[in-house]
Amino acid sequence: MGRYLLRRLLQLVPVFIGTTFLIYWLVWSVPGDPFAGKCGDRGCPPNFRAMMTEKYHLDQSIWVQYASYMKNLFQGDFGITFSGRSINDIIVTSYPNTLKLAVVALSIEAVIGLGAGVLTGLRRNGFLDNLVLVSTLFLIALPVFVVGFVLQWFFGVKWGIVHPTVSNEMRFSELLLPGFVLGSASMAYIARVARTSIAENRRADYVRTAIAKGLPMRRVVGVHLLRNSLIPVVTLLGTDLGALMGGAIVTEGIFGINGIGRQVLRAIVTKESATVVSIVVVLVLVYLLMNLLVDLLYAALDPRIRYE
Amino acid sequence: MSDPSAASMVSTPRPEQPTEFGAPTNAGLPESAQKQTKPRGLLGDAWRDLRRKPLFWISAAFILLFVVMSAFPSLFTSGDAVNGALSRSRVEPSADAWFGYDVQGRDVYARTIYGARASIVVALLSTFGTLLIGGAMGIIAGYKGGWVDGLLSRVADIFFGLPFVLGAIVILTTFNGAGTDNNEWKIMGLVIMSLVVLSWPVVMRLMRSSVLATKEADYIVAARALGAGSGRIILKHLLPNCLAPLLVYGTIMVGSFIGAEATLSFLGIGLKTPVVSWGIMISEAQNYLRVSPFLLFFPSAFLVTAVLSFVMLGEAVREALDPKLR
Repeated sequence: MGRYLLRRLLQLVPVFIGTTFLIYWLVWSVPGDPFAGKCGDRGCPPNFRAMMTEKYHLDQSIWVQYASYMKNLFQGDFGITFSGRSINDIIVTSYPNTLKLAVVALSIEAVIGLGAGVLTGLRRNGFLDNLVLVSTLFLIALPVFVVGFVLQWFFGVKWGIVHPTVSNEMRFSELLLPGFVLGSASMAYIARVARTSIAENRRADYVRTAIAKGLPMRRVVGVHLLRNSLIPVVTLLGTDLGALMGGAIVTEGIFGINGIGRQVLRAIVTKESATVVSIVVVLVLVYLLMNLLVDLLYAALDPRIRYE
Repeated sequence: MSDPSAASMVSTPRPEQPTEFGAPTNAGLPESAQKQTKPRGLLGDAWRDLRRKPLFWISAAFILLFVVMSAFPSLFTSGDAVNGALSRSRVEPSADAWFGYDVQGRDVYARTIYGARASIVVALLSTFGTLLIGGAMGIIAGYKGGWVDGLLSRVADIFFGLPFVLGAIVILTTFNGAGTDNNEWKIMGLVIMSLVVLSWPVVMRLMRSSVLATKEADYIVAARALGAGSGRIILKHLLPNCLAPLLVYGTIMVGSFIGAEATLSFLGIGLKTPVVSWGIMISEAQNYLRVSPFLLFFPSAFLVTAVLSFVMLGEAVREALDPKLR
């Protein structure tokens, strides 16, 4: 187990470096002058330019810039923006908002998706089954921003059930609608995967044995069947957290949430590679660690899986 | 946007019909019975299955409609999609303009029809590119194995780790940011490129796993024993047998790329105003959501129908190709 974990963590290193360098290089090569419009109409005085160039290594090659960025990163310092604000500060204020939204979305999709999947997996080909199949098809096909606008218009504007945008306090009740919008497509996938998995395991020998032993149906489904059918669902849910946080940009824009999406767009326009890379670094870390966590969870869910 | 259930569907070689040796034993049987025993390939079987499905015909009809619409938009409308008159800004739908007019007084119906071209062209070309690059990488990684496989898989991991929307924003602002004056085709090319760059790892993993599953099959071993070279084995034996999951995924991918293109245009980093596309229309309409919701409704409805047709076609093809479901 320990050796497996170590090997996995070592494998993360090249992927992590490759991804961050790729993003760094892309933002670095965005055409444009970082000083444009910074000092009003007259342009920046030469000594200010010289000072900034010195401070941010702007005259150095990309390798030097990237190396010095990474060096600071490993000391827990993401750097500072051109306007002198600490990037750690930006991350601390914007990340929790996106994380909250993503966690709400994840919980909604887990509850509804799993519920729909279990119900339809147990009774196939009924009315409910067909209803879920058709509605999941729609949810998969609808782009997030269409779902967002339609639900915002109906629930927020026309019927006035919820406030159409989210306030700065990020109350839980306000996040329900954006969370549902963000998680809608994955919810459909989870429902479908859970349905297939339950339907396959429904005919397994251990289920028949459990029924023959006289266990109540609730226990057969809740303990024996669910635990064995959960593995593909857990994979989906685990890899989804990173995807939800990265894909939240659109939802954040529609509902006016001050999350990482807004910061990334702002930072790209002002050509602050350090900010963009820092935000992506945290996202990639979340994504990679969740993948690892999912693999470790397998062993907990299925005793047949052992990591040596 | 990966479809998890497509990944599990690795084509298994179908059990071959027993071939008769010596004299034909069914010589006395009527013509129709002889036809029955003729072995069909996986694709032949799938086609027979598909022909009986209404879902297939409905989605195929819609797709044909959208393809004709993007090739010859003037068949559907004689309106002007680009120029408008401000005097009829945000006029509600009526008998002469079915979908109404937008803020600039342009005919929404004409714009919706002309908008099909950008979406369909981008989606089809990026699907083609993704399948080509991902498929080639997957075959090489799966067939060669060893360090080639390790290297290619790590490269795929790097691209797979990039969040889709975020990655596309960075790529597109790099090459297509404010102040660049790319023409229509160049912008389309850039959007296609960023979609391909961010999605090929999924196809590569799909292809690699199905090559790994097929590589050890008896007919490949037999071909190698007969002296076939790598190129011949890949093209003649591996490719046809690994194509099924790719076909399913590709069809669904066209649908999701239509949605992705619209999302990028909606964020203001994909296609831009002289080009007409559904994403741009939705993006322009969002500011008038409260006063003129119809501006949002019509392009969204077309977008959703197009995406849905491709996804449904993919579902139908999957059900036909998956031997487990028969």
